[in-house]
Amino acid sequence: MAQAKLLPRDLELPLDLRLPRIGSVDAVALEARAGELAKRSIKKGAKLAALDLAIRMIDLTTLEGADTPGKVSALCAKAMRPDPTDPGIPAVAAVCVYPNLVAVARAKLAGSTVKVASVATAFPSGQSPIDVKLADVHEAVALGADEIDMVIDRGAFLSGRYAKVVDEIVRVKEACGDAHLKVILETGELGTYDNVRRASLLAIAAGADFIKTSTGKVSPAATLPVTLCMLEVIRDVHDETGRVIGMKPAGGIRTAKQAIQYLCVLNETLGSAWLTPDLFRFGASSLLNDVLMQIRKQRSGAYQSGDYFTID
Amino acid sequence: MAAKTPAARAVPSPLEWEYAPAPEARDVVSLEERYGLFIGGEQVAPRSRKWFATTSPSTEEHLADVALAGARDVDLAVQAARGAFEDGWSTLRPAERAKYLFRIARLIQERSRELAVAESLDGGKPIKESRDVDLPLAAAHFFYYAGWADKLEYAFPNRRPRPLGVAGQIIPWNFPLLMLAWKIAPALACGNTVVLKPAETTPLTALIFTDICCQAELPPGVVNIVTGDGSTGAHLVKHPDLDKVAFTGSTEVGKAIQRELAGTGVKLTLELGGKAANIVFDDCALDQAVEGIVNGIYFNQGHVCCAGSRLLVQESIAEQLVTKLKRRLRTIRVGDPLDKNTDLGAINSRMQLDRIHELVAAGKEEGAEMYQPPCRLPEKGYWFAPTVFTNVAQSSRIAQEEIFGPVLSVLTFRTPAEAVEKANNTPYGLSAGVWTEKGSRILWVAERLRAGVVWANTFNRFDPTSPFGGYKESGFGREGGLHGLEPYVRFDR
Repeated sequence: MAQAKLLPRDLELPLDLRLPRIGSVDAVALEARAGELAKRSIKKGAKLAALDLAIRMIDLTTLEGADTPGKVSALCAKAMRPDPTDPGIPAVAAVCVYPNLVAVARAKLAGSTVKVASVATAFPSGQSPIDVKLADVHEAVALGADEIDMVIDRGAFLSGRYAKVVDEIVRVKEACGDAHLKVILETGELGTYDNVRRASLLAIAAGADFIKTSTGKVSPAATLPVTLCMLEVIRDVHDETGRVIGMKPAGGIRTAKQAIQYLCVLNETLGSAWLTPDLFRFGASSLLNDVLMQIRKQRSGAYQSGDYFTID
Repeated sequence: MAAKTPAARAVPSPLEWEYAPAPEARDVVSLEERYGLFIGGEQVAPRSRKWFATTSPSTEEHLADVALAGARDVDLAVQAARGAFEDGWSTLRPAERAKYLFRIARLIQERSRELAVAESLDGGKPIKESRDVDLPLAAAHFFYYAGWADKLEYAFPNRRPRPLGVAGQIIPWNFPLLMLAWKIAPALACGNTVVLKPAETTPLTALIFTDICCQAELPPGVVNIVTGDGSTGAHLVKHPDLDKVAFTGSTEVGKAIQRELAGTGVKLTLELGGKAANIVFDDCALDQAVEGIVNGIYFNQGHVCCAGSRLLVQESIAEQLVTKLKRRLRTIRVGDPLDKNTDLGAINSRMQLDRIHELVAAGKEEGAEMYQPPCRLPEKGYWFAPTVFTNVAQSSRIAQEEIFGPVLSVLTFRTPAEAVEKANNTPYGLSAGVWTEKGSRILWVAERLRAGVVWANTFNRFDPTSPFGGYKESGFGREGGLHGLEPYVRFDR
């Protein structure tokens, strides 16, 4: 088996092809490109298609200390049927909750296409011993989570202990079993795009199915340039190894306009093959209602008041 | 593969997501049927009694008729400029001059949407570029030189700068309004008056600009615009009452002008062609370098004198870089210049399109490998798909001659010294680019490149505070910045 050079010798990599080079990222040019793509003007049919797709890509999220079974049940109802007045509106991709609420969501979503995603591994800080993190994952999977959103150990990453970061992801991936693994890099704490690129490669090398920007608990959360940076890593990995990795920007995406900007960046970086909920998700909560509002505006020509869209 | 390798999911079948047309509204521009010459503060019919049509290169649609100035018209324009120079403009309090320039700058901003649409209609450039590059820069140029008008003594300490007199200015068709700003703003700031000839194929924004001069209540004769073809330009250059000629355009015409003016004492600046090297080292930020290469050569359909038309890439990354570049080319949207999502617009004229075809054919004949992404070009109008040539020899015509179109020639190098040697091995020397994450290498390379502008990890960036101009056959004199004042002043001591 081939070894990637930056990793310790005894670490088995789940790749037999070489990884893309770590290389570097030019911040000014990256932000300029993201800014350029953000100016795409998406209208009419193209806009409706994008809004419909955006809904199908949403991981409808609640991650509060105050979450209750009642709150999560309401969210699940919204996830399955975002607009009760319009049966043409699709369900969202998943509901994302804390492990304690997985069972509630599982029961409520039974029979629907909506997946249950659970954060785990001592979310959001990741500052717990590995055994605690693994137990967290085991529990969440046992309770019925289809997808696990883990956090990387940023403390280890920022102090250069990359092997620890990778090792944890590999073990969490094992603990996931059949559940899909999304690896949260918490880009807002990584400081540079070079670090974002490095962390993305580490996560992918260690077995991530998806890479995800943020917990939503740290500012800045997802940004367009950081997402572009991660999509470029995914593109390089696909070029070099054929592996297909998903992407999830999370936190701070509140408007339909922003969602369309992300889809343009996705479309023009990875191509239309990635325009599917299997490979792209939005971690968001308030985004859904704005998308619904824009769809109704696009169809009727007029905006409706927020009171016509349910709060959940 | 190892046992724990996640099975590579097949890429699901694509959902085609075509962007719907997003055209910028045309009705912000109301064109007149006919435009006369702007002489002495008013529109006048040409004494030549000749008119010519200006058309849209994207649709071949007739936009307006424009006066073709003859020798007599040019003479009247120069007289008007001379009159205005002597009758107050040259002795106006500098702070007052500045006020006019500030006013023009603000009016350009206010009317930027109209001007941007007119620019794209008449010249074929994508609206996103005229809106986000040409117009903001044109306004910025007037703002910048407005600031200098009453500070010339500080620009040239102890040298007592004085205005020259009447400047004859000839501008190209690639950035019509922006080049007008580059020419007029410093000339006026220094107390000169001007006669400006816009390019034959793109006179409209200069004609709208005459309206801005009136709105700004600029004294009559300070700015005169004479439209026409090459003959008009020749009349202007030959006029005996000019103190200064500024020309931006082809090297061929530039040389003719220099011959014409030799020994006359008329001050001359020339900004001519280029064949810029864009040097990419193996330690660059690869994806961003690809963006920079694309911006370097496909910006404004490659109608840019400082375009990065020769890509010099380190051989160790050439294959990977070219693969990335070709894929990026497939996302370039070619089409209606007024569509807000268009990345590459129309070629400016039939003549230019013919020249591009000729050089591309030469490239193929000389054995270079051509790549063009699949893209549907509109049937009417002048179009050329984004093009990359690989396996290009240094001796090839497409590596030596300025194509002035969306055509990139890729050459490779092995060491930094070889890169510099190849980059300098051209009759031109307007600009160059260098891509590396290593700061010391940027400085090492920049020191050795004979080019007026060297961009590091970026390309085609402009700012009014930064001087611009060439080495060798790319011309002489600088425009922009403090340096851009000097061609428009003489010194009492």
